[in-house]
Order: sequence, then C-alpha cells, then structure tokens
Amino acid sequence: MAAGAPGRRTAAAVRRGRTPWALLVPALIGLAFLVLPFAGLLIRTPWGDLLPLLSSAEVRGALWLSLGTATAATAVSLLFGVPLAWLIARTEFPGRRAVRALVTVPLVIPPVVGGVALLLVLGRSGLLGRHLYEWTGFSLPFTTAAVVVAQVFVAMPFLVISVEGALRGADRRYEEAAATLGASRWTAFRRVTLPMAAPGVVAGAVLAWARALGEFGATITFAGNFPGTTQTMPLAVYLAMQESPEQAVVLSLVLLLVSLAVLVALRDRWVGTP
Amino acid sequence: MTDGRLRAGTAAASALLLAALAGCGGAPGGDGARGGSLTVFAAASLTEVFTGLGERFEEETGSTVEFSFAGSSDLARQIADGAPADVFASADAPTMDEVAEGGFADGDPEVFARNVLRIAVPPGNPAGVEDFADLAGDGVTVAVCAPEVPCGAAAEELMEATGVRIGAASQEEDVKAALTRVRLGEVDAALVYETDVRSADGDVEGIGIEGAEEAANDYPIVPLASSGDPGLAREWVDFVLSEEGAGALTDAGFRPASEP
Repeated sequence: MAAGAPGRRTAAAVRRGRTPWALLVPALIGLAFLVLPFAGLLIRTPWGDLLPLLSSAEVRGALWLSLGTATAATAVSLLFGVPLAWLIARTEFPGRRAVRALVTVPLVIPPVVGGVALLLVLGRSGLLGRHLYEWTGFSLPFTTAAVVVAQVFVAMPFLVISVEGALRGADRRYEEAAATLGASRWTAFRRVTLPMAAPGVVAGAVLAWARALGEFGATITFAGNFPGTTQTMPLAVYLAMQESPEQAVVLSLVLLLVSLAVLVALRDRWVGTP
Repeated sequence: MTDGRLRAGTAAASALLLAALAGCGGAPGGDGARGGSLTVFAAASLTEVFTGLGERFEEETGSTVEFSFAGSSDLARQIADGAPADVFASADAPTMDEVAEGGFADGDPEVFARNVLRIAVPPGNPAGVEDFADLAGDGVTVAVCAPEVPCGAAAEELMEATGVRIGAASQEEDVKAALTRVRLGEVDAALVYETDVRSADGDVEGIGIEGAEEAANDYPIVPLASSGDPGLAREWVDFVLSEEGAGALTDAGFRPASEP
C-alpha cells in the first residue's frame, strides 16, 4: 500500500516510452490472425437470407438447446467445481498435486477423446452405464442430459482452475480470524472465503459457460446428434456445412453474436475490466 | 453486390489454399515417382477398396497415388475451394453434380458402383430386429446418418419408399459413426451401407432390407479439370471402371453399376 505512489509514477514513465516495433508488429499480426476469420464470416454472410434462416424452427431449437445446456452445465460445474477448488487450495492431503494435475487433464485432451471416454464409462455398455441400464432401463447417451454431462466434463476444469487461483490469492488471515471468533470451517467458507473469491468464481463460471456453449467433440461423440434433443449449435453448424455452407455461416454468426452479447453483458456487470 | 463479394472471398481463399498446398506438396511429389503422381479425392466408404486398388495401380504404372478420404460433400467443397486433386469419386450423384456444374470436372462423371443400405446389429442381435419395419418399434434404439450426408439422404429415401418412419436416437455425421454406435453397443441397430457391414468383419451382423435397391446410392467418378496430369487421372478412372476394379468393388460389398 505504501509503495503505491512511486509505483504509479514508474508505470506512467514506462507508458510514455515509444512502443517498440519488436513487440508491436507481432502483436498486430496476432490480433489480425484472431480477428480476420470473423471478418471472413461477416463477408460471406448471406444477409438477405438471414431472417428466414434465423426463424427456422431448427435454428431456434438448436440455439435454445445450446443456451439451456450451457447454463445447466455451468450450474453443475459450480456445484461440484467450487468445493473441488476449495479442497485443492485450502486443504493438505497426500496426492493433492496429483489431484490438481488430474483436474486439468480435460483441458489438454481433445474433446473427442473425452467423449469416447465418457461413452466407455457412462454409455449403455460402459463400465457404470451398463449397470444403470440393467437396473433402470435408462441409458444416458442420446439424451439432453448427456449433452450437459459432456459439457461439464470439458468446462468444469476452467472453473476449478479459476476458483482455485482466486482462493490462493485471497488472504487466509480473514478465515483464521473467523475461526478464532468461533466460526466453523463451513461457516467461514460460506461467509468469508466465498465472498472473497467471488470475482474468481464469476470469471470461472463465465469461462465455463463459454466453453460449454462451444462444445462440439465430446457432445457429438457421447450424446449423438438429434435435432431438438442433442443437436446444439456447434453440431448444427458442422452438419449444415455438409449441405449448405450459407446456413452454416448464419448459424456461426448467431452463435458468435449470442456468446459475445452474453460475455460482454457479464463483463460489464460483474467482472471489472481495467 | 453480395454475390460479387462472395466470389471475391472465395477466390482469395482458393488462392491462399492453393499457394499453401503448392508450397508443401512440391518437393516430395517430384522425385522418386517415375510415372508421376496422382491425388484421388474419394468418399470415406471407398477407403478399403481404393487403398487396395491404389497399390495395384502404383505397381502397374510406376506412379504414386495419394488418397484423401472424407465425406463426399466435404471433398466437393474442398475441390470448389481449389484443392489440388486429380480425380473425384463421390458416394452420391447430387454431390458429383455440384462439382460438375461448378465446371471442375474434366468430362462426364461415370457411375462405377452402387451401395445399398443394410441394418447393422450387434452380434447376437439383442433387440431381435428382423426387418426394416422393426426399426420403427418403441423398444429399439436406432442410429441413422444425418439427412445432410449421402447415407442419411438414402435412409430418408428408403423411409419414404417403404412408409416406415424410424424414430432414430441419433443422426450421425457419417456412416462410420453410425456403425461405431453399433460396435460399442450403444444402439440396437443402425442403418449403414452393405460395404460397412462387410468391412466391420464380424463385429456387427447385417440384415438385408427389402426394397433397399430402390434407395441405392450411385458412386460416380470423374477426372478433374485442375489435374496436373490429365493422362494419369484418366488412367485411374479407367482402372476403377475396369474388370479388375469392378472385382475389387464387388468383393467389398458394392453392387455393379450396371445392375438396375
């Protein structure tokens, strides 16, 4: 705190200097690389046919399914992901580092592989799914629930990592103070830890939601593809590409606009941007 | 105006793709191949047969044959975007028509084989499927191809021809994905091609469908106008259309093109 004033002065001095070409040129190339594909999408959008395509029942069905499943997947991720992040950040147990590494595995494997793995465990002939099917006659694949399961698998790690980082950054002395005042660990978590980590939780939830909305590989592998039940927007885009690329472009544009709108709204509302 | 922009965009994309592909393909293709090299774009269902035929063709002509197997419509789009292919073999006529109408074909496409749909069930047929009408039953989980891809279009046609509506659990992105559902035991049955049942080699059982010939897919082949070696491209097409080619196709479960 005391070092605030001189720190600010140094920062201003650094900012006044000339932007070095060695940084500016690659930065602009990187920006162009990220933005150009969207420009291509906009250029190839058949604007005249936009409304009829948008109002088709299939497109609306896929969009609502995507929004609904991504939101459900985020809720499930919060329910299990926040406690998991707390466990990794705030407790000591043998193999804690291994657990942390395991949580990040879904981040690095191709989602299709995740879908195959889910199928082998939760599918009708899978390790656990087999028993579920024998007892109840219910099998998860090809249901909307399977879409949510696939999305949770790929999205929850983002939330866990984000919340864990926030918990590590939060000052533990407040929790200790709460404990000395007689709060149980559960009360301290609810009343002290969670409010302190709130920005991290929100950021993690937004990341998880965005990731779930874009989920393709695990969904098509595990949940299959059927309009109205399991066909989310990314699946609809992929299949439209087989027959009419114009429709695929429109679907992509819708997905892009919706996700941008939601992310921008959430950013302004909760996640402070400097 | 939209059209003009669209065309400009396509042209730019094609030019980029061509430049990229020419850049990486140049060196290895040139040396070692006495009789030139050939790139064949072929429907995924032709993978096994064409790979086998390719080896024989290489021995006979001393050329190098490279394949790109994918969904026919994917390949057609790549050709339209300027992918450097010499020959295109499609799993259905409409996709080939698009390529021909776009002016990418060198000559008229010729049908070299036909493929009919079959029901694939897991070994032992747990759901007791006996004919096509059984697939409409309540207790049977079925995977079909999405209507956007050729095998799904054929399935639609078959459902219309027979009046049987299948309540599919999933519309798969290609026929191999539908077959995989059966192999993994996730569905009781799938509508696939006869050739897929054959290539699954005992992992699935096949059940014939009465009237399936009505909805058979024609497989057309054509040399492409963009070919760098039109002579060799023509030779490959003739080889596929030859008795040797027809024999290999029949062995794989395809029907001869001439059969009505």
